[in-house]
Amino acid sequence: MGGKEISLGEIRQRNTRKVAALFLTPIAILLAVYIVYPIIDTFITSTYQWNGISAAKKFIGIGNWKTLLADSNFWIAFRNNVVIMVLSICIQMPIGLALATFLDFGGKKLTIFKVIWFIPLLMSSVAIGFLFTYALATNGGLVSTVSSWFGGGNIDLLGNPKTALLTVVVVMCWQFTPFYMVYFMAAFTNIPYDVFEAARIDGATRGQYFWKIAFPLLVPSIKSAAILSMVGSLKYFDLVYVMTGGGPGTSTELMATYMYKQSFSTFNMGYGSAIAGGMFILISMVSLITMKILNRNEEA
Amino acid sequence: MENYRRNKRKSRIYWVIASLLAVLYLIISVMPFVFMVLNSFKEKFEMLTKGVFNLPDSLNFANYTEVLTGGFGRYFFNSVVVLGISLVLLLFISACASYPLARFKFKMAGPIYAGIVACMSIPIHITLIPVFKMSRATGLYDSIWALIGPYIAFAVPISVFILTSFMKEIPREIEESAEIDGCGKIQMFFSIILPLAKPGLATLAIYNGVNMWNEFSFAYTLTQSSENRTLPLAIWEFQGQYSMNTPMIMSVLTLTLLPMIIMFIIFQDKLVKGMTAGAVKG
Repeated sequence: MGGKEISLGEIRQRNTRKVAALFLTPIAILLAVYIVYPIIDTFITSTYQWNGISAAKKFIGIGNWKTLLADSNFWIAFRNNVVIMVLSICIQMPIGLALATFLDFGGKKLTIFKVIWFIPLLMSSVAIGFLFTYALATNGGLVSTVSSWFGGGNIDLLGNPKTALLTVVVVMCWQFTPFYMVYFMAAFTNIPYDVFEAARIDGATRGQYFWKIAFPLLVPSIKSAAILSMVGSLKYFDLVYVMTGGGPGTSTELMATYMYKQSFSTFNMGYGSAIAGGMFILISMVSLITMKILNRNEEA
Repeated sequence: MENYRRNKRKSRIYWVIASLLAVLYLIISVMPFVFMVLNSFKEKFEMLTKGVFNLPDSLNFANYTEVLTGGFGRYFFNSVVVLGISLVLLLFISACASYPLARFKFKMAGPIYAGIVACMSIPIHITLIPVFKMSRATGLYDSIWALIGPYIAFAVPISVFILTSFMKEIPREIEESAEIDGCGKIQMFFSIILPLAKPGLATLAIYNGVNMWNEFSFAYTLTQSSENRTLPLAIWEFQGQYSMNTPMIMSVLTLTLLPMIIMFIIFQDKLVKGMTAGAVKG
């Protein structure tokens, strides 16, 4: 009897594994074809000098990687990504949190604010890029018009290397702040109403409630929002590609725009692959390190 | 009491300041849209001669009719086809994958799940050149069919992440009683788990739907001729044609935003929740 039971359990276990394998086959094929294989292929292509179309492919070993390490444009692009990352976190998250707090305190009657604040998030990055390119145009744009009311001349924010990156960041913040607003609103609804009531009965003002009670409860959400924002900023592409194409000069160049232009505009696909590989390594490192740091704090 | 009153007055002042800032942010949010819609009704030179903030001379729909007859429908149709097929396949594949990961006990479940979720942080740019090569080799290049594979592949990790945690919430008793009735594991998926996972699938549809509808990088790289491009690229194409005609571009932008606004009005809170679904604490 006993022996039979064990084999029955074994049969069941084997059956479970079989069904699991069946259900996991489609995703395995999909990820193998569109993610795993391309990553390997990118590293292989990065060892060639190749324009992507012709059959003439020259193996140059780590030549592209040597060039990449010494390529100041790539490191400027990486620095710009980091600038965007830091500014995004410092601008979007506090404003998003402030908007969410305002809506949480104000209740239902402020729904109209929520609806309008949300709209930028509905628009595609490409459309936003075009909209702001025209809105910031030197002649007849929004900023120039406002400046001329006050007697100022035309202002070319995107054409000036000193202001271009900052302008792009402001547009990104305009687009993504509503995301953090909605995100923090969800976090607020996770705080039980009793907590708020108890604090009010004990005589806490709204400000005290926010800083002493709500904020500490929101810290985990703020942390995961920061991770999202960091990884997102390092991958950034659409908006910048549309608005400036990385220019003027290299002032708004990002890793992704640099990779794209090298691969598909100047058809230097071997080197483009090396940039993509470098980007992949840097992003993996940054996300691993931040997750380690944030998790360690949680345990402490 | 004195103290209480002072606190109350102070808090009211803060609230007024907060409200003023809120209105300021409202203006910041809405100003670009006002600029867009207002100017989309103007004639080509009206904007330059009269300034950007003036109301248009008349409600001039000429730009809109020109855009709508100039191939806009084609981009819209392409986007709908790509979105429809990708979403159906995506939901099916992620439901299939989430089912064993959420409901079965087997050794590899943990590592497989971790592997799929790790794909979430992979930048699409590392796959751009190989996918471009593949689509040329298979003859899919420059057709909307080239987009479906990458769209699903990059949406699948986060979908499995969300759906697995959703399926874990389904109480075990339902499954057990079905098992006693002789329901096999495959039948269980189709007749019990899948119907119960519908709310989770709806969230995924919204979240991924918005992303796919607005996707740019793959669409820009894998298609070339304008009759095979999707809506985000319509702006690009029209800009090539009418680069100096700002009002025309503004009407294109308004038209691309319109479907999303309509969806937003219909689904409101569902859409808001769905769009932040990817941000559930990890």
